[in-house]
Amino acid sequence: MTETVAISTVRAVPRRRRPLARAVRRIPALIAIAALVLVMGYPLVWMFINSLKTNADFLNNPSYALPESWAWENYAKAWETGNLAVTITNSLLAVVPSVIIIALLGTAAGFALEVMVWKGRSPVLLVFLAGIMIPGQMILLPLFTAFFNLKISGSLLPLIIIYVAIGMPLTVFMMATYFRAIPREVFEASTIDGASMLRSFFSVGLPMMRNAIFTVAIVQFFLLWNDLLFALVFAGQRKLNTIQIGLLNFSGEYGAIDYGPLFAAICITTAGILVLYLFLNQRIMSGLAAGAVKG
Amino acid sequence: MRSVLADRKTILILLGPALLVYTLIMLVPVLVSFGLTFFDGTALFGFDFVGFANYLQLFTDDQVWAALLFTLKYALLTTVLQVVLGYGLALIYLFLLKRSSVFIRTLVFFPVILPTVAVGILYSKLFQSAPVDGLANELLVNVGLGGVDWLGAGDTAFVVIVVMDVWRSIGFYGVLVFSGLLDIPEDIIESARIDGARGFSLFRHIVLPQTLPILFASFIFSINGTVKVFDSVFALTSGGPGSSTTPLTLYMYRTAFQFGDYGYGSTIALLLTIICLIITLFIFRSSRSDNTR
Repeated sequence: MTETVAISTVRAVPRRRRPLARAVRRIPALIAIAALVLVMGYPLVWMFINSLKTNADFLNNPSYALPESWAWENYAKAWETGNLAVTITNSLLAVVPSVIIIALLGTAAGFALEVMVWKGRSPVLLVFLAGIMIPGQMILLPLFTAFFNLKISGSLLPLIIIYVAIGMPLTVFMMATYFRAIPREVFEASTIDGASMLRSFFSVGLPMMRNAIFTVAIVQFFLLWNDLLFALVFAGQRKLNTIQIGLLNFSGEYGAIDYGPLFAAICITTAGILVLYLFLNQRIMSGLAAGAVKG
Repeated sequence: MRSVLADRKTILILLGPALLVYTLIMLVPVLVSFGLTFFDGTALFGFDFVGFANYLQLFTDDQVWAALLFTLKYALLTTVLQVVLGYGLALIYLFLLKRSSVFIRTLVFFPVILPTVAVGILYSKLFQSAPVDGLANELLVNVGLGGVDWLGAGDTAFVVIVVMDVWRSIGFYGVLVFSGLLDIPEDIIESARIDGARGFSLFRHIVLPQTLPILFASFIFSINGTVKVFDSVFALTSGGPGSSTTPLTLYMYRTAFQFGDYGYGSTIALLLTIICLIITLFIFRSSRSDNTR
């Protein structure tokens, strides 16, 4: 309907739209989409194929060929030699507590900055916001010196403390934005009912923010899970290695000689993320995008 | 009512912990780091006051300028590619794939959340040339071109780093811009179509102006990340060959932890921070002037 209107009223459109021409016009689009899927997906498939090859197979045959024999033992080797059980545990031990603390403190601060009324709350919010800009390198050396002097460098504690701090700016800002969307009357009503603000934070604010807190937690989880700089400095000892450091060491010591297990190690770390992603992909995508727009 | 919403004790309890952690672990170290720029030494052997020596060194150090140049070159190119290609991706989602874009969106987004080191290692193998060719060279050889020693020279290694980082994050910008495109009211596009706007002119006069805010947000987010690039470079080339792919972040790390020079390391970190500050202020100002127009 709109098509015919457009053609009859507007001379400036020279192209006639026939079904065949339309199908032909769609071909470049289909090629573009196919290319996109190939470019984005194939490297991951390639990695998986090569994780199942023996070393001789990898060195003698084209890398895109299927394995001559499926060397599943690469995965066992990767798990053992790559120290993966330890690195995955360490990553979880450092990141999960951090994310929980960040979500709790960040939500509370967002509430205090957005719902409560006091002088100076917008400067404080700006101070938090400035933290998004500060590069990790600018806080690294004093923290290293301090944690060294406090003699806690031999544990994951420095990482957790730092993660909580660097996660704070974005979280506080996002939570403040989410609280802005809740009508103030909600909290006023609960105070009229006699609840203190602290009480209405815990019994009204937190439950209403469930979704937002979850989103913020996901964002922080991935940001911290993929931290490299602080992990390099504070998780250098083998017993403290996080996944990123473990992979780095594995590829340095071992991966240059034996390719299959190196690819297998990457596949294992990728698989864990993939499972999480399959369940939560819409949540993760919209959450990370929201973090960018609000930050 | 007012007094309950303004209760000081509650504010302190709720805001206190977050502010305390943030102040102690971020704000104070920034100041201490600034103080360190006037000293020489390390945590282990103590510090000596050297005045402005580190700053003099900064201005005469060729490596700093090389690292600064690399950082700016990388940040500019990667940001433009990320945002422009991400925008193109979002247009594909909306106008070509329409409702069926969920699967492709999900696939293209996946690399965003992968560990950067994993992606770095993957790319170092995709682009390797010894002992055997990786996928990139195999393709080149099969179409009759010679293989390239990608990671063996600064220029080609730079290309690989940019390609990798664009690959890694394009899905993110695609989703970001896509969410902005979805916010354009359907009837605006529909009425423009009735008025005869097609293809590029529809994009140029209707879609693009409507998505400027989201484009701007993408740009800010991207440049804020690319100026601080560390992980991907560290995992892919660790700054090499030589120091040809060393950004400021990595040069600072090397100076502090390999050469044990905390004072000079802090000075480089300060330079990096000032660059971030300038970019932020610049963006902030231009966004303000946009709003008043």
